[in-house]
Amino acid sequence: MSADTLAVAPSAGTVAPVRLPSPVTESPVAKAVLIALAVGFLAFFLLLPLAAVFVEAFRKGVGAYLESFEDPDTLSAVWLTVVVALIAVPLNIVFGLAASWAIAKFEFKGKSFLLSLIDLPFSVSPVVSGMCYVLLFGANGVLGPWLAKHDLQIIFALPGLVLATIFVTFPFVARELIPLMQEQGTSEEEAALSLGAGGFRTFWSVTLPNVRWALLYGVLLCNARAMGEFGAVSVVSGHLRGLTNTIPLQVEILYNDYNFVAAFAVASVLAGLGLVTLAIKTGLEWRYGDQISAAHRH
Amino acid sequence: MPQFRTPSAIPGFGLTYGFVWLYLSIIILIPLGAVVLWAASLGPAKLVAILTRPDTFSALRLSFGLSLLAAGVNAVFGLIVAWVLTRYSFPGRRFFDAAVDLPFALPTAVAGIALTAIYAQNGWVGSLFAPGSLWASVFGPLKIAYTPLGIFVALVFIGLPFVVRTLQPVLVDLDKELEEASATLGARRPTTLFKVILPTLAPALLTGFALAFARAVGEYGSVIFIAGNIPGVSEIAPLLIITRLEQFDYGGATAIATAMLALSFVILLLVNFTEAWSRKRLGHVR
Repeated sequence: MSADTLAVAPSAGTVAPVRLPSPVTESPVAKAVLIALAVGFLAFFLLLPLAAVFVEAFRKGVGAYLESFEDPDTLSAVWLTVVVALIAVPLNIVFGLAASWAIAKFEFKGKSFLLSLIDLPFSVSPVVSGMCYVLLFGANGVLGPWLAKHDLQIIFALPGLVLATIFVTFPFVARELIPLMQEQGTSEEEAALSLGAGGFRTFWSVTLPNVRWALLYGVLLCNARAMGEFGAVSVVSGHLRGLTNTIPLQVEILYNDYNFVAAFAVASVLAGLGLVTLAIKTGLEWRYGDQISAAHRH
Repeated sequence: MPQFRTPSAIPGFGLTYGFVWLYLSIIILIPLGAVVLWAASLGPAKLVAILTRPDTFSALRLSFGLSLLAAGVNAVFGLIVAWVLTRYSFPGRRFFDAAVDLPFALPTAVAGIALTAIYAQNGWVGSLFAPGSLWASVFGPLKIAYTPLGIFVALVFIGLPFVVRTLQPVLVDLDKELEEASATLGARRPTTLFKVILPTLAPALLTGFALAFARAVGEYGSVIFIAGNIPGVSEIAPLLIITRLEQFDYGGATAIATAMLALSFVILLLVNFTEAWSRKRLGHVR
């Protein structure tokens, strides 16, 4: 390139050197335009809906907002959601720990195939996740007649809700732990074993402390999704008021009843849960970025 | 016999490995297997007959078409957002970086009713295009909620983080020396951006696009409230599955689900293929 990329040598008494456009970064104008585009897009598409939840929830004042939580159906939805999460999340924690131990600490054939299977639920539509249990356990399903004969109910009952929730939150804990434990290798565990610790002691005092922040990270995401899941749960719930409605399903029912303040009030609780999760997650990334999975360090 | 597992001093392989397969089978493999078996029992002829029924076909076309469009918009704006967040410093950068995860953090039903409230005729954005607005007096009124346009808005909302979060680590790892080399060879900044940086980002961009697309096709919660669900016009494929299940038409539901599963599978393959290809070519994309 010719003269315009050569710096003009400043000499005494002459005008200040001309600032030429840098060839390794964008011009200030281009930067400003790009930043405005990005921030505008994020504010318009992501922050506006979040603001709408709280504005709509408080549209008729704090009194109407609080009144929304006196509805017994809403309270039983909150209770049911907590119960479902209390069953689904611990099961997925146990699975995540077992899977990461087997995959990260040992070499075996078919490992990458197993990894893809663990990630599979993320690429299945929530509606399809719920549907597959209906095909198995529904009235016309494979095991439907057998279940009916033995008076067992899975679909339109708690077990169906739990199964669907486990399905959609399946990979969360495992996929946080596996890459980190693979990075950490096996030398610390081998040292503990050679010093006489048993297998469980090694896991409890060596492995677990090493992955505690990643575990917390995975559990947070798993729990948020478990409490907020809508599509999969909607298929297996049957929408029995006060019986099989979780919080997101209760939001739908209130909304479809044109009870907008109550719908948004209940939704604001879920939004709050999401925000708290996001805040802790972001905090963990900043504070313990080196102790959680490599994918989150940026 | 070839060794299945490399010998190790660490205990617990049998227990954990066995549990992983047991749990995986009960929760994921057997239920998904039921879908595959059910579809297989329909047979290809019946499968095609169901999928080409006008209502089913238009729902699939709507879901796939709008998802493609939304993923495209997300690819463009996701690239800009990822670039700005990794390369520039400006006040509130960390805040906006965290905000990218909002669609993951906000439960889909909550996002659904919030978007509907905003884009309805009396909402913050909807009223700007409703009859009587400045827009309506110039271009005629535009209805967003309860039309395919509303579905598109919801799909843009849920797809954005996939593109941004796929691109960010690649942008961080991007070698500045490449850009400097390009500059010393006389390239102006736009040339460097489009001829050097963009091709390096292409595999990650494609992956992000594919992930956003796959999510959009299967999305239910954030869409059904804003869609209006008019059969043949704004009825999406996942909703049609639920309708069929409620009619105890398991065959019909399975056929639609199979079409969606097949697509997710193709997309997953495509993503894995691009990643393998770019690893070979560039040596560092995660």
